[in-house]
Amino acid sequence: MSTDPQMTAERVRGPVIQVRGLAKAYKELHVLRGVDVEVARGSIFALLGSNGAGKTTVVRILSTLLKPDAGTATVNGFDVATQAARVRESISLTGQFAAVDEILSGRENLVLVARLRHLRDPGGIADELLARFALTDAGTRRVSTYSGGMRRRLDIAMSLIGDPPVIFLDEPTTGLDPQARLEVWQAVRELARQGTTVLLTTQYLDEAEQLADRIAILHQGRIIANGTLPELKRLLPPAKVEYVEKQPTLEDVFLAIVGDDGTDSTAGAASPAGTKNRGTR
Amino acid sequence: MTKHFVSDTLVLLGRSLRHISRSPDTIITTAIMPIAFMLLFVYVFGGAIRTGSDRYVNYLLPGILLITVASGISYTAFRLFLDMKGGIFERFQSMPVARSSVLWAHVLTSLVANLISLVLVVLVALGMGFRSGAGVAQWLAVAGIMMLFTLALTWLAVIPGLTAKSVDGASAFSYPLIFLPFVSSAFVPTESMPGPVRAFAENQPVTSIANTIRDLFAQQQVGGDIWIALAWCVGLLVVAYGAAMAVYHRRTG
Repeated sequence: MSTDPQMTAERVRGPVIQVRGLAKAYKELHVLRGVDVEVARGSIFALLGSNGAGKTTVVRILSTLLKPDAGTATVNGFDVATQAARVRESISLTGQFAAVDEILSGRENLVLVARLRHLRDPGGIADELLARFALTDAGTRRVSTYSGGMRRRLDIAMSLIGDPPVIFLDEPTTGLDPQARLEVWQAVRELARQGTTVLLTTQYLDEAEQLADRIAILHQGRIIANGTLPELKRLLPPAKVEYVEKQPTLEDVFLAIVGDDGTDSTAGAASPAGTKNRGTR
Repeated sequence: MTKHFVSDTLVLLGRSLRHISRSPDTIITTAIMPIAFMLLFVYVFGGAIRTGSDRYVNYLLPGILLITVASGISYTAFRLFLDMKGGIFERFQSMPVARSSVLWAHVLTSLVANLISLVLVVLVALGMGFRSGAGVAQWLAVAGIMMLFTLALTWLAVIPGLTAKSVDGASAFSYPLIFLPFVSSAFVPTESMPGPVRAFAENQPVTSIANTIRDLFAQQQVGGDIWIALAWCVGLLVVAYGAAMAVYHRRTG
């Protein structure tokens, strides 16, 4: 994966994602009521909100799948409404449900995406990503035989093909078990380490806490808070903080009993803080 | 974007064809119902049907071929629905892929799959005594009409594939199409039908298409039926394509 993030940064200055006054309604239902957000290049940005807060709508607009009623959005310097084709060359979307082809093998899925991105040596790209996401052994198996975590890893691997400077992850860990969730977190950290900008949506407070450089809280179609974790912590009511702190403890217990924390998924990624029983290898 | 239309379509066509090669049951089940109808009509009802031709299977085959396509295209709606539902459709839409390539790949896959099913049905018909003295030109004409008919019905199938809320909804639309041949000249000559039914039967697309194919197989002069048949196929193709594209653009923005 060869894109130099510094070079990309010089090509387009300023925030890689800029959203101004974004509004979207489905008939009477006002999903977005004026969203303003900026995401710095190379950062992990979490859009936090409960179900129905409008997170997916934001991601769908940014990835050119949906047109806003009002407001503007640019990704990598391109307007999502008027330069949709250029935006699509700059992004990758990993939706809420793993967008993988069940009937094809993992390797065939990767080759398919590499071909559709018109890259040279699709087979070599596929093999490299299989290795990076610990899927080499499963590479020739049909995806329908994969576990939820493997499917997600493949899904994210497919999103990395062609080195898009911006990646959208829409609720990447919803429905995953704790091990699979850690695998995904490691993959996301790996991405950011290589300079990719990641915008992820989540309804899990601890996920935003673990991964994000900056967190925005989307509530009833508006951004009601936006800042780094320490900034936001001062805003959150204590009851909520207690809930957040409790959850990893149960996870620690679970992982300690099960005896597997997913460290063998992606080599060289940083360990998630807050999970203490590392060292299965 | 559009400069990649052909290569993108071919890549996606390869994907769909791989699906079919891994679940050949979709082709078998497409062929089974028409073959069952053919067995039923030739060996059970056929003895009592007077068609004027010496072998009933010769009379019957064109209608059976149309039923084969009508049942085969529901798999296009099914596969498209699964792509929409599974999220891979949105993945393609958010990538720098030529926009209509995704639909064209499914449509071309339908042509290939239906062609294989049709060949299977013709082989079974040959085993049941179907004979034709048709030459290469006539066979090509039959193949051409069947491909045009498949293309038209496949674009029709794209609409439920894009809009259906459930798997059942995606494939149920084809049932009326499968039964349309029963009220046509496909199984019995229309002369035996009572007035209003006969009027419907003689003026719906299946009759002119079935008559044209029958004439081609029998090496008879094709009458005005072929123009009516082609008009139906092209008209349906234009309307279905336009409607499918309109739905597609409304769905994908």
